[in-house]
Amino acid sequence: MTWAEQLLQCLKANDVNMAIYVPDEVLTPLINGADSDPDMIAFAASREEEAIGISAGAALGGTRSVVLMQSSGFGNSVNALASLVVPYQLPVVMIIGERGVLGEFNSVQVPISRTIRPSLDALGIPHRTLERLEDVTPTASKVVQQAFQTHSPAVLFINPLLTGGKEDR
Amino acid sequence: MSARDDLKVMSRNDLTKRLVGKLEHDEAVVAGIGNTNFDLLDAGHRPQNFYMLGSMGLAAPIALGVALAQPERNVVALEGDGSILMNLGTLTTIASLAPLNLTVVIWDNGLYQITGMQTTATSTVTDIVAVAAGCGIAQSSWATDEAHFEQLVNNAVSTPGPHFIAARVDEAAATARPERNPVLWKDRFMIGIDAKPAAG
Repeated sequence: MTWAEQLLQCLKANDVNMAIYVPDEVLTPLINGADSDPDMIAFAASREEEAIGISAGAALGGTRSVVLMQSSGFGNSVNALASLVVPYQLPVVMIIGERGVLGEFNSVQVPISRTIRPSLDALGIPHRTLERLEDVTPTASKVVQQAFQTHSPAVLFINPLLTGGKEDR
Repeated sequence: MSARDDLKVMSRNDLTKRLVGKLEHDEAVVAGIGNTNFDLLDAGHRPQNFYMLGSMGLAAPIALGVALAQPERNVVALEGDGSILMNLGTLTTIASLAPLNLTVVIWDNGLYQITGMQTTATSTVTDIVAVAAGCGIAQSSWATDEAHFEQLVNNAVSTPGPHFIAARVDEAAATARPERNPVLWKDRFMIGIDAKPAAG
């Protein structure tokens, strides 16, 4: 299975049935997979903090969801994480397509990518980086499972080593 | 000039009580920061109330998430004008998904009241109902007086949404304050809307 197929299967196995995304090219196979899956509802939010708000609301309503975004969008997410998700202890799981690392062609993608892990560490949000196909299911399953079992947010980074990254064209 | 200019300015506290008085089926209410949720508490705590202590601008997205998670329950987002201006994009998401059970209520006093009474764009040039309609929420209305507001709320909780209701309100300072305990409010809300059991 591809990384996207593995992730979708892992989300469904953990009863996640809603995917809220702000589009990202490298995450397209996962977004499209969720969109065409009859057990999932998938839709776009206009901005990352909005997506996090919707995911938080779904959690409050008893539904498990996932937020998909590009790393640049993390900058739009921080207050929603810091003043809603973390203090209210909400299981918001984010899958972040990484730009700004390993072969990036656009310099404006680089600075924000450097801030993400230190910011997550400062907020106490656990994160794992998926780089190898054989690690996707075992790592993602445990991260998603722990987030919902412990009412905590979590982040999975989708690294260019896994996806091939985005090419300049 | 916007349609707003000629509208009656009403008491936010009074309208909040009128709103709550119309909620007879355990409707969920997600209230934005500041006077919006202070007045919601002042109207009498309901187990189906969610009080935001931060995350300005996210009442409507949170309410949308609750509405999608619980399609059988009506959900009301309560926001100030400054808050909704922070996240206008969410009106396009609501319009696109068109949840039948979601109502957004905007208290528009033209002010960032709690941060020092700075004026918002709605005080001069922006008609927030026209914005919502332009985003694609067809059922978007100004409340012209208290009776009309109650009529709009009645309609919102008894007919398919999404609905968008805005009212011009005063700048009276709310007196109630929700306890600053996020997890307390989360747990009470989730129990109140049957998203988790009260015990066990």
